[in-house]
Amino acid sequence: MAREWTDLFVLDETRAAALPAPEPEKRGRFFKRLRQNMKKTREALGAELTQTLFDTLDEETWERLEEALIMADCGAKATAEIVGRLETEATTGGLTDPQALQNRLAELLAEAARPKEDATIDLRHGPTVVMVCGINGTGKTTSIGKLANTLTLELGQKVVLGAADTFRAAAVEQLQIWGERAGVEVVTGKQGTDPASVAYEAVRRGRESGADVVIVDTAGRLHTQLPLMEELSKVRRVVEKLMPGAPHEILLTVDATTGQNGLRQAAEFSKVAPVSGIVLTKLDGSAKGGIAIAIAQDLGIPVKLIGIGEALEDLRPFDPDDFAQALVKPDEVAA
Amino acid sequence: MFDALSEKLQATLDDVRGRGSLTETDVNVAMREIRLALLEADVNFKVVKSFTATVKERCLGADILGKLNAGQQVVKIVHEELVALMGGEQEGLRFASSPPTVILMSGLQGSGKTTAVAKLAKWLKDEKHSSVAVAACDVQRPAAVEQLRLVGAQAGATVYDRGTELPAVEVARWALDQAKQDGKDVLIVDTAGRLHVDQDLMDELVQIRDAVRPDTVLLTVDAMTGQDAVNVAEQFSAAAGFDGVVMSKLDGDARGGAALSVKAVTGKPILFASTGEKLPDFQEFHPDRMAQRILGMGDVLSLIESAEKQFDEGDAKDLERKLRRNEFTLEDFLKQMKMIRRMGPMSKVLGMLPGVGSQLKDAQIDDREMDRVEAIILSMTPKERRHPELIKGRRRIRIAKGSGTSVQQVNQLVKNFQQMRKMMKQMSKGGLKDIGAMMGGAGMPGGMPGGAGQAGQGAPVGVRGGSRAARRRKR
Repeated sequence: MAREWTDLFVLDETRAAALPAPEPEKRGRFFKRLRQNMKKTREALGAELTQTLFDTLDEETWERLEEALIMADCGAKATAEIVGRLETEATTGGLTDPQALQNRLAELLAEAARPKEDATIDLRHGPTVVMVCGINGTGKTTSIGKLANTLTLELGQKVVLGAADTFRAAAVEQLQIWGERAGVEVVTGKQGTDPASVAYEAVRRGRESGADVVIVDTAGRLHTQLPLMEELSKVRRVVEKLMPGAPHEILLTVDATTGQNGLRQAAEFSKVAPVSGIVLTKLDGSAKGGIAIAIAQDLGIPVKLIGIGEALEDLRPFDPDDFAQALVKPDEVAA
Repeated sequence: MFDALSEKLQATLDDVRGRGSLTETDVNVAMREIRLALLEADVNFKVVKSFTATVKERCLGADILGKLNAGQQVVKIVHEELVALMGGEQEGLRFASSPPTVILMSGLQGSGKTTAVAKLAKWLKDEKHSSVAVAACDVQRPAAVEQLRLVGAQAGATVYDRGTELPAVEVARWALDQAKQDGKDVLIVDTAGRLHVDQDLMDELVQIRDAVRPDTVLLTVDAMTGQDAVNVAEQFSAAAGFDGVVMSKLDGDARGGAALSVKAVTGKPILFASTGEKLPDFQEFHPDRMAQRILGMGDVLSLIESAEKQFDEGDAKDLERKLRRNEFTLEDFLKQMKMIRRMGPMSKVLGMLPGVGSQLKDAQIDDREMDRVEAIILSMTPKERRHPELIKGRRRIRIAKGSGTSVQQVNQLVKNFQQMRKMMKQMSKGGLKDIGAMMGGAGMPGGMPGGAGQAGQGAPVGVRGGSRAARRRKR
């Protein structure tokens, strides 16, 4: 479970001790905001999954549940598995209490969203190199900007950003603006330079300046564009050559509105740059982000961060239980 | 992962052929496949439901039961219904009677608005010979104005921007005045990405719309969008309204079921498709091609067209006779190969084939391999081509030298050819069913729990396949 940043990021002990204890008040505010911003998400699914769903158990119950999960983009396969299990437990396991069924559903969803792998991000590599990739428009640069801010301002980490998206017009400027806000150094190259060289330079600068974290932004690319995927592989290899073991973390941004193609994206990106975590963005719309469950279940890649809004504090560590609760529970129960 | 629906349907229904005619149960199994494939293509759940109902009705009504090519018939009906669902009368862009024509671009964050603005500008300039201006009204996202400044200029459009100093509505109004003064034919207004659930931003969009009174409002929809596409479209439709859709990122391998859903639910046509990174990768939308993409049929029409151009009917009959009598020689093989190659590079030809598209489109198929085969055959004497069993010892060395290959490669070719001949012999004896057996299983991974194997167990409900009673028995 990762409710706090310190649950997600593994920090050096002495450094972690120096951090101010999380203020309960602040945390409460975050949770409220999470629920507020995911309101639409909950509403849409909640309408399908009102508490009355499990009152009578028949064919229609399971059909409606299937429909709800499919509408949430969980995909046919994951849906079949989850509904199948719940149905078995209800019919043969004697699980019939509506409230118990609802809790069990939330549990099953949370389980599906939490593959066995460790879902933390270790920041003790001095510097830890984080590479962020994804298809166009999924929110890579924005997520990096917010992450840099959090790491710097809340966790006291020294961050260097590498603007290796040298393709999209104004991408470098966009990252620079974020960098200024967080007061961190941004390593850039001219538009059209080899992204690998920018990544190399960023890691080199990070080591030289004693940074804790180097975050490398990469250009958005479709997973079907082989030359661009090859380019991404090169960025990774070049970083690895300079610093064995790096990049320590490869994050893939996935837009919560993404449908079943998200599975392809995660699988294809993993081929050139083994993805260690998903950043599920744009969860503040009405999309439910069920694709994250499909990805976690199918490929075993955990969701590590979620984006729930435009504001700086709207990038949060992912908590499978909160997420699952938010998906299935009507407001009054969850509150 | 993406099994071609058309292939699956054929397989499911061909299966039945052996025991005679199609039954309603078989149709139900086919409907289940359609349902799963459409869901996998991200077609909205509700649209899928009503769609399969329509198709089923037509299938049962069309008297295809008992027919031998029922599989093809079902595919045809599905294709027709898909086209009907997406197409209808295409209106296209509306142009103002007195310029400038104003086009307003709206959409979610990251759906590709700014890129679409530039691409549309270029398209209008190239196809309609319009003088185009674009207005940078995305004052939200950092550097969005700079992005439009750059891509707008690349597209050859005049870019009206005021940085981020003014509110979007003011910029829009000012840009319209500029466009009038400059005598532009078209003004495309770029707006900030906004979530359909964000009331303030939706209000702003309405204000911009009222300020510039667009002739056409476009909504960009990412081809990879899932089930939520319908919500988004409905909300934009209710707030600011839109007249047509630009589908972006169609160059990926997303099936783009979202497109179909948006059209089905809002009735607004998809006008343009954005299919690549570069500015010219932008076309008018063709519902029939999209239907084929969703079906995974590949661009069969283009393939047939090009095959028809290349094949000579006399040759084809000749070939058939030879195949039947097992007289197929390396000479015929060479002829066939040349014919196929005239249709274009192998990778392109294969990409147009149903089912092959998604898997092989990007595989680097080496045309040089075919050059090599050609060279080997051309280094044989006519006698050797007709009787490849003669090729031994010194002949092999000579052929290898003559074609610049190795003895192993010559051997391989002769061996492959003989195997092929054997296969053809079996085929001509056992009919087509044996081909199925030969290729058994390939290309039909049963990804879903309870796949086609559970045929004949009542109506297909939900995604879990088979009847529940049957599953319970199994447990």
